[in-house]
Amino acid sequence: MSNTTETTTACPECDAQIKREEGVMANEILPCEECGAELEVTSLEPFSLALAPEVEEDWGE
Amino acid sequence: MIRASIIGGSGYAGGELLRLLLAHPEVEVVQCTSERSKGRFVHSVHPNLRGRTTLKFSSPSEISPVDVLFLALPHGEASKRIEEFAGCAERIVDLSADFRLNDSASYSRWYGSEHPAPEWLDRFVYGLPEFSREALQGAQYASGVGCNATAVNLSLMPLAQHGLIESAVVEVKVGSSEGGAKAGAASHHPERVGCVRSFAPTGHRHQAEMEMVLGAPTLHFSATAVEMVRGVLCTAHVFLNQDMDEKSIWGLYRECYNSEPFVRIVKERQGLYRFPEPKILAGSNYADVGFQKDPATNRVVVIGAIDNLVKGASGSAVQSMNLMCGFDEHMGLDFPGLHPV
Repeated sequence: MSNTTETTTACPECDAQIKREEGVMANEILPCEECGAELEVTSLEPFSLALAPEVEEDWGE
Repeated sequence: MIRASIIGGSGYAGGELLRLLLAHPEVEVVQCTSERSKGRFVHSVHPNLRGRTTLKFSSPSEISPVDVLFLALPHGEASKRIEEFAGCAERIVDLSADFRLNDSASYSRWYGSEHPAPEWLDRFVYGLPEFSREALQGAQYASGVGCNATAVNLSLMPLAQHGLIESAVVEVKVGSSEGGAKAGAASHHPERVGCVRSFAPTGHRHQAEMEMVLGAPTLHFSATAVEMVRGVLCTAHVFLNQDMDEKSIWGLYRECYNSEPFVRIVKERQGLYRFPEPKILAGSNYADVGFQKDPATNRVVVIGAIDNLVKGASGSAVQSMNLMCGFDEHMGLDFPGLHPV
């Protein structure tokens, strides 16, 4: 989890800056445009994100 | 609008070059030569171009003056006739290996003979825009790039530019079109189909271009032919000389490639295509690059993919021409590839 300002925060996966879009809600899932990680809005004030839980795939291993 | 010709247009790289140039809004293709196929329609050799042009192959001994001459000749031919070609065009892009290296000693070491025109080596700019964009702008002469070298160079450039590579063990898996359009025993169907063949465990000539571009870090390179027509997949095990976390590596790749028109960072947590794969790049000028850091060691696995005939040959040549002639760098190179394919 990380935060920089009230309206942008860093992706916890790749450090890309992510803007808080108007109307975004707490617990909403947002994708990071750069690394594709699904991020959960954990707080609006300050704006912060965490990696959303994901289903593991076995890739046929 | 410029006038351009292709010398040696019956091979795979020449065919791809013709496909790209026919769709280029600022280029009129004047000639496409082939000794073997002179007098025949170009679509008799490149069937995907049927209906796109009525051009016929002309003789390589009858070259008309043009603005840009593309040379797609077998290795060693361009350097023997470079004075003659320079008399036919103000600008030349040579797709062969003849003018890629910047010194004759390196050429002799890797190609096993003296360079036929060493005084021309420093007139050519290495035709990889991500490495030599400024020098290509307005340049008269550009070399081609090695396809395997391009996959490796674009994969490792962000780490090499920051001096972070202690050593790297690099392997490429390559498609059969790298072998060219001429059939041989190794390309005979019963021998080639289904193969996973180590054809250059050491000593591949493209390593010379890697050393030139990456600044000669300790690099161990091997190449394997696999069941694929187009494409190069580079898997590089890079041992860093300092500890770095993934976010810092993200930062280096972002800094190097975020403004590059044809390099994409592919490193995703979800989906089928989490890392670069050459399959979806067929016909496109994109190079996809991704990585994963081993949290337990200083090893980063860097993965890069290209279409060997496009970004690894003809696409980089057209991108270089765009820079040489002052055109938009994207021009003629918009095709994004296919999915599914």
